Amino acid sequence: MSAALELSGLTKSFGKAEIIRGVDLSIGKGERHAIIGPNGAGKSTLFNLITGRFAQTAGTISLHGRNLAGLEPYQINRMGLSRSFQITNIFPAMTVFENVRCSLLWSMGYKYSFWNLVSRSKALTEGAEQILEQINLTARRNLPAGVLSYAEQRALEIGITIAGGADVIMLDEPTAGMSHSETDYIVELIRKVTENKTLIMVEHDMGVVFGLADYISVLVYGEIIATGRPEEVRGNAKVQEAYLGEALEDEH
Amino acid sequence: MELVLVNLIDGLVTGLLLFMLSAGLTLIFSMMGVLNFAHASFYMLGAYFAFQISLALGFWMGLLIAPIIVGVLGAGVERYGLRRVHQYGHVPELIFTFGLALLIEELVQFLWGKNQMAYNIPDVLNFTAFAIAGNSIPAYKIFMIFISVAIFIGLLYVLTRTRVGMIIQAALNYPKTVEALGHNVPLIFMGVFGVGTALAGVAGVIAGPVLGTFPGMAFVLGSIVFVTIVIGGLGSLWGALVASLLIGWITTFAKSYNLAMSDVLNAIGIATPENLADNVFRDLWTVTSPQIADILPYILMVLILIFRPYGLLGNRDA
Amino acid sequence: MSDTAKTTASPQRAGAMSLTLGPWIVAALLLLVLPFIFDNNSSITIMNQMWITVIFALAYNMLLGQGGMLSFGHAVYMGMGGFLCMHVMNYVEDFGIALPLPVLPLFGGLFGMGFAMLIGAISTSGAGTRFAMISLGVGELVAACSVIIVAFFGGEEGISGDRTYGLPFFGIEFLKQIEVYYLISFWLMLSAALMYLFSRTPVGRMANAVRDNPERAQFLGYSSRWVRFYSFMASGFFCGIAGGLFAINYEILTEENLNTSSSGIILLVTFLGGVGFFFGPIIGAIAFTLLQTVLSLKTELWAFYAGALFLATVMYFPGGLAGLIMMHVPAFKFRNAGKLVMPYVKTLIPGLITVLGIAALVEMIFHYRHASVGDDEMTIFWTTFDSHSVVPWVIVTVITAIASYITKTTAPDLKEAWGDANTPPTTGGDA
Repeated sequence: MSAALELSGLTKSFGKAEIIRGVDLSIGKGERHAIIGPNGAGKSTLFNLITGRFAQTAGTISLHGRNLAGLEPYQINRMGLSRSFQITNIFPAMTVFENVRCSLLWSMGYKYSFWNLVSRSKALTEGAEQILEQINLTARRNLPAGVLSYAEQRALEIGITIAGGADVIMLDEPTAGMSHSETDYIVELIRKVTENKTLIMVEHDMGVVFGLADYISVLVYGEIIATGRPEEVRGNAKVQEAYLGEALEDEH
Repeated sequence: MELVLVNLIDGLVTGLLLFMLSAGLTLIFSMMGVLNFAHASFYMLGAYFAFQISLALGFWMGLLIAPIIVGVLGAGVERYGLRRVHQYGHVPELIFTFGLALLIEELVQFLWGKNQMAYNIPDVLNFTAFAIAGNSIPAYKIFMIFISVAIFIGLLYVLTRTRVGMIIQAALNYPKTVEALGHNVPLIFMGVFGVGTALAGVAGVIAGPVLGTFPGMAFVLGSIVFVTIVIGGLGSLWGALVASLLIGWITTFAKSYNLAMSDVLNAIGIATPENLADNVFRDLWTVTSPQIADILPYILMVLILIFRPYGLLGNRDA
Repeated sequence: MSDTAKTTASPQRAGAMSLTLGPWIVAALLLLVLPFIFDNNSSITIMNQMWITVIFALAYNMLLGQGGMLSFGHAVYMGMGGFLCMHVMNYVEDFGIALPLPVLPLFGGLFGMGFAMLIGAISTSGAGTRFAMISLGVGELVAACSVIIVAFFGGEEGISGDRTYGLPFFGIEFLKQIEVYYLISFWLMLSAALMYLFSRTPVGRMANAVRDNPERAQFLGYSSRWVRFYSFMASGFFCGIAGGLFAINYEILTEENLNTSSSGIILLVTFLGGVGFFFGPIIGAIAFTLLQTVLSLKTELWAFYAGALFLATVMYFPGGLAGLIMMHVPAFKFRNAGKLVMPYVKTLIPGLITVLGIAALVEMIFHYRHASVGDDEMTIFWTTFDSHSVVPWVIVTVITAIASYITKTTAPDLKEAWGDANTPPTTGGDA
């Protein structure tokens, strides 16, 4: 089996604090893989390492078998990996349409060209409109992204993330801070737009995790203590202990 | 050898003067994340106010009162100007201080005209303190050094040893937390801005008589002060001190020793071309160190920004 | 950015993708016709200066408005282009090469671009303080070098040339101001159109994205640094063109074309016009040049007023003049603009009187302090009086106070009318 993303011996320290302590993980093509774990386990750090936002202290990350060491986020993105952020990260002063169109530019081969006019490209406009349709924001097309509601901004964030046509999609807490109905909407959206793609997500809402994921990995204090099918993970003693332990600590 | 000593003292005076400006500027920067372009304008206001007060009440009252007025004005600028612009983001804030610098210069010209003011060293200090190999060191320079060092020690004491200083330091880094603890953070910011500008005012009061009190005085010193805190590392008080002294000495020595570029190039084995007058690089060959003394800080800054973007003692996260 | 930016960023901005030719044709016609309306030499001189400033300001806004980069040393790129053009002009004259004058600015543009590439390579890795400080440092360095490197910059007196050097270009020798006017206008139209089109290209669009959120842009496959670099390069090119036109128009360049004051002025011009819209800098350049040339004839204090205006713009209208204009678009779209006329008249006329009254007081103080002894007479607003007697002071103060009071009392009504005019009509449904 060829892995879409492979981590081996991945370590990250900030000063003396070791946040990620030797993570080995292989995520196959087309998998929906959720990473869960208590607060402060290092989930977001792991995301930031994979996408090149931070440099790892030791270990390797490879995407489709190619080592990502030393690459900048934009180079990693060009290799087909795209991510969203825990805190909404869009272009607030630009219109919704512009947001999506900008995320299509590179993948459609426009690069840094200054001899093409974006409005002249039918493919760009249609592509952007198609994405807007998928994320249900067609009606909001011409509004500045900054004025959208929170759930709409999250949807736009996902739209920007998938627009470039990356085949590995990483979502960092896509449903954080949402109401139940909003969560259902986003989950449906994620299911729809990541069809036939590899999805890696960090999520706290167990309903979302067990509803979406094919595989689950549990990250505790920078180490993966269990990986497997949802039902296997659910029954895992170490996982129970990690979560229940935290719950018990909370009671004190 | 004696000349070195004289230059060391002169450089120290310049450096400490720069430090009085850069200390306030760097504190204000760590507070608001914005370089205050008008900082040197408060220095100029200090000199002008002190001159006006000295006409009526003498130099010492000027030294006492002028910085207070400048500080109050500075606090007012923070409260009614910057705080308003803050909501639009950093770039408008920077532009605001830039516009303020322009306006203050025009205002000074409006009130006092374009000529240099007759603001002089007080008679009590107008004597030679001592002489080194025939080079006399005026008492006023010693006085300047004394004032600057006293201010630095006072600042350091307040920031590191008092409760107020602790709160200020905490507020600089974690404004939200400190606010949640019940401290009035906007007031602290206003206070720091006021004290920072008052320090610039003090520098103006004591530098006015030696460097001249004229409408261009802010402009002359203004950009050098930014350069200083960029070299030292934005937000670092110690960095500001090191960079101020460094710049003070570099410029003083460059002006004092007439070093020609041709000598330097000859020394490293490049011969002077024969027809220098026709050579494209003739100006490069005839450059002397006093000529470029004033731009050395800029060269230093650009180099620092390329090779050590966070400055000499800057904090990487800042 | 601000509330004004948000309300105005609605359809116009996104809809502007379609390349409407209307405004461009109007602008071209205006450029053609203006010298016939204002046909004396001084007007044409002012317009020449204005159009050069427009190109410079538009080029500057490619960085500030579209790329979010604040440069404090941008005069350097215009100056460099100008100095090179001057050398080319002199060289061509000395060696008798057949280079028509109208293509000269192209050399300036290429040189400005080359210099921008050199500096941009180190400065564009960030947009914030680091970029601003490098631009300031480089600006100061080049300005200082201009006095030291005499061979290229000509030292204190600068370098000068003669634009009527070579062969006539289709019979035009560029002896007359009006010929230079059309030359500048041609380059203005060309540069403005190219700069507008640049903002519509992939790299121009990404400049906006990088301005808003450089990190997110990185995760879309674009290197923020390269996007900034290309914007910087393009800006340098058009600054160089402006420099070349300056060389042709004035036939002299000095240190003043490179120094920080010139860089500061272009920042002022651009911000005054409004950085959020393409046409903002155009308005800014026109308004500022008028202020500079017309007001400076009337009062010594023009720079003081310009500074105060600038500061007021930053504090109250961060969208600049263009933002102020575009704020009114929704009201027009809802066909409510009429509701604003009377409240505006009621508030703005006393407001204007207040401002003029304060200006009069400022002038009187200035006259009182600085006029030579015995020269007690002064003239403001076609009225001559003695600045050392009490009566005029009382009159002006009272008028100003009353006008300011009226402004204050009518302001709430204006605010209400404003809110009213910007409410979509209920019957029309969602616009």
